[in-house]
Amino acid sequence: MEKMKLVLVGNGMAGVRTLEELRKIAPDMYDITVFGAEPHPNYNRILLSPVLAGEMTIQDIILNDLDWYKDNGIALHTGKKITKIDRKARKVIADDGTEAEYDRLLLATGSNPFILPVPGKDLPGVISYRDIADTDAMIEAAKAHKHAVVIGAGLLGLEAANGLILRGMSVTVVHLGEWIMERQLDKTAANMMQKALEAKGMQFRLSASTTELVQGESGRVCALKLKSGETLPADLVVMAAGIRPNTTLAESAGLHCNRGIVVNDTLQTYDPRVYAVGECANHRGTAYGLVAPLFEQAKVAANHLAMYGIGRYQGSVTSTKLKVTGIDVFSAGDFSGGEGTEDIVLSDPGAGVYKRVVIKDDKIVGAVAYGDTADGSWYFQMLKDGQNIADIRDHLLFGKSHLGDAGHKGQNQAASLPDTAEICGCNGVCKGTIVKAIKENGLFTLDDVRKHTKASSSCGSCTGLVEQIIASTVGGAYTPADSNNKAVCGCTEHSHGEVRKAIREQHLIDIPSVQHAMGWKTPNGCSSCRPALNYYLISTWPHEAKDDPQSRFINERAHANIQKDGTYSVVPRMLGGLTTPDELRAIADAADKFKVPTVKVTGGQRIDLLGVKKDDLPKIWADLSKAGMVSGHAYGKSIRTVKTCVGAEHCRFGTQRSMDMGVKLEKMLFGMWSPHKVKLAVSGCPRNCAEAGIKDVGVIGVDSGYELYVAGNGGIKTEVAEFFCKVKTDEEVMEYSGAFLQLYREEGFYLERTVHYVQRVGLEYVKSKIVENATLRRELYERLLYALQDYTDPWLERSELADKGTLRAAYEDFSA
Amino acid sequence: MSDLKKICALTEIPQLGSRVVKTEKHGDIAIFRTSDDEVFAVHDKCPHKQGPLSQGIVHGKQVTCPLHSWKINLDTGEAQAPDVGCTKSFAARLENGEVYLSI
Repeated sequence: MEKMKLVLVGNGMAGVRTLEELRKIAPDMYDITVFGAEPHPNYNRILLSPVLAGEMTIQDIILNDLDWYKDNGIALHTGKKITKIDRKARKVIADDGTEAEYDRLLLATGSNPFILPVPGKDLPGVISYRDIADTDAMIEAAKAHKHAVVIGAGLLGLEAANGLILRGMSVTVVHLGEWIMERQLDKTAANMMQKALEAKGMQFRLSASTTELVQGESGRVCALKLKSGETLPADLVVMAAGIRPNTTLAESAGLHCNRGIVVNDTLQTYDPRVYAVGECANHRGTAYGLVAPLFEQAKVAANHLAMYGIGRYQGSVTSTKLKVTGIDVFSAGDFSGGEGTEDIVLSDPGAGVYKRVVIKDDKIVGAVAYGDTADGSWYFQMLKDGQNIADIRDHLLFGKSHLGDAGHKGQNQAASLPDTAEICGCNGVCKGTIVKAIKENGLFTLDDVRKHTKASSSCGSCTGLVEQIIASTVGGAYTPADSNNKAVCGCTEHSHGEVRKAIREQHLIDIPSVQHAMGWKTPNGCSSCRPALNYYLISTWPHEAKDDPQSRFINERAHANIQKDGTYSVVPRMLGGLTTPDELRAIADAADKFKVPTVKVTGGQRIDLLGVKKDDLPKIWADLSKAGMVSGHAYGKSIRTVKTCVGAEHCRFGTQRSMDMGVKLEKMLFGMWSPHKVKLAVSGCPRNCAEAGIKDVGVIGVDSGYELYVAGNGGIKTEVAEFFCKVKTDEEVMEYSGAFLQLYREEGFYLERTVHYVQRVGLEYVKSKIVENATLRRELYERLLYALQDYTDPWLERSELADKGTLRAAYEDFSA
Repeated sequence: MSDLKKICALTEIPQLGSRVVKTEKHGDIAIFRTSDDEVFAVHDKCPHKQGPLSQGIVHGKQVTCPLHSWKINLDTGEAQAPDVGCTKSFAARLENGEVYLSI
């Protein structure tokens, strides 16, 4: 079959990104032709500033070199501007007469600089700042001339001014607004920034409008006149007073335009064969100029071009995290303040730090940060989620401090780290490697960086540092990934929340029906989504959805923990950390019989037998079962352990019988699968020897009853559990803990620990469902007990004591 | 010269699953069954850190190594980019519900 023809007009970041996305999902569907007015292959426009500043060369900022087009069979016409679209004949015509026919046309014509309509605007020496040619013109001008004026103190204008100063010019920035970067900064932050720039030699004229550009004797511009009457010397004038979507071509073809080419949610114009993405497109009234929304558009357009027909672009809430002339600034939402809003402000001009969070009805509606922007993505996330911040407002401005944990020695400023600094302690990736990968492979997102470098792809504790490195390396705007609403994996566009909802509302009970109902792109998912789907199914429809062992990670499939050499570890359950001489003898005998090389006591008060061969597992389990022991689930996203102190049974300080309480809790939770592992602890008095303060559920006995704590974590990042409520009886401990865990089981996203779940939904919300509502609590508790009833020990089912069946075949090999 | 050896019935390998064949000549070989009942065989060692691929999650014509999540193509034994590496693949065939391996 003959391939369809796709023509791309505009060889810039948005258009080529669409081709890259398309190539990933439908590499053979189209014959592709690309027209670019510039004589270059696709380059990273955001990085023109470092080129102007002399920190990078044009070669450094090329994203797709000519070989990329060749290797992908894409016909590239550089230096040819399309001047006409013949929609009837379905072809485009370039200024040199070149024609190309299309079945689908993708417009990515970008934007044009706004040129002030003042006398002298066409003089030599008056330029805008959009492309490589402009950048070259500025570099040339700086060699021969002294005075420059930049019109417009937005991001682009300030970057241009900074670059020109570094190239030896004397620069004045003329700005119409009352303060600089008024779209990204409030007045206080802008003043701090202005001071910092003035210290570099930049001069400003604010609330100033240009009336005329004056021609000098050489014919070149020589001065700029302001409305105030002042005349500024100017051998170079850079217009950076905003951009306008470039719609000339689209309008001439009769496509509906209104401050951009108007597109629908699948990025189609009023002619459904013609798509538009990027700065030229107007989607629901907005033309975006930041790279993250453009890439989202590219993804949706590619999906639609590939005829997947799923995925809609519904607009982006944008935040800007910028590095302007080396200074970090961040802003999001509406930070103008006004009626009904209140400000929380941290201002330390001496240290060059300013943060302001604007709050309305206990929710963040806007935020500005200057100097220290590490928490920008956190504020932005809460803003988008509409999270109630009433209970964290006293420390909101001091940050989430999710950086600088295990292995980072409190370091939280990635920009100041040397290239040799180790960022990812799990995979041994240093900063230089990440920066190199970003530059060489043209990476923009956290996912891309994870794939190419493995950094932050294991435990994730360095994610914040990696995001900072991306932000400072790609330059311009970096929008952090939306962690709550991001797609489950590459197989789908749907988020965890959407998948959970569909499973519940459509009563889906197996993986193929979920994948079918939600339009999965792959035939049977992948190793990321299948375990998540399996968990969602069995937790939503207990006793109804069938567990799929092939969709479980090996540890949960084999009911033992795989080790680096392919052997397994076996941890028998010891309720509450209690054991008996008989159990210990049975463990010792089993360790001898199966030549277990390592026997270790775990952090959760269990005994770990390490180095067991896979085919020995059913045999060792048979021996342990005979002594009355069952699986400890040390391998699962499940209940792990309930750790206890000695308590009132023996301890002279004990106020409650913690061992007994722990045993009861652990018995109740036997066989509980959960989004991630779950650990509990019970201490008999506030001395808290069982370390209940860092558990998913921590119980601390006091004279009058028990205090319950939830959402603690002792792992990747130590999180102290939060006080939940106080109860009197053992039965209440079971009911409240059970209800909390059931809520987490029903609403948590796969691989989300209780601490992250509670941070996402807010502790107040959890309390409202459990502490303040006895009916809901009871129902949750009963649903948990129902889900857990009739759970059979998986070891016994697979041990040699059971009939030989398919369950055991998995442990046996063939020989040939 | 490689021999064609009968290994097992197709039904003895779970769909989207794997079994191990122990051989003297080649060590452990992992034999896979996809969702549409195609069979593949590769050396049971991930090119990364020798993880047992037979224990991974199978999806499409790929398996994800249980140790560090490298994705290995079952047909070619190649790791999915950006990871680089290759494990030896063997010819496997399905005939009348029986699985044969060429070793």
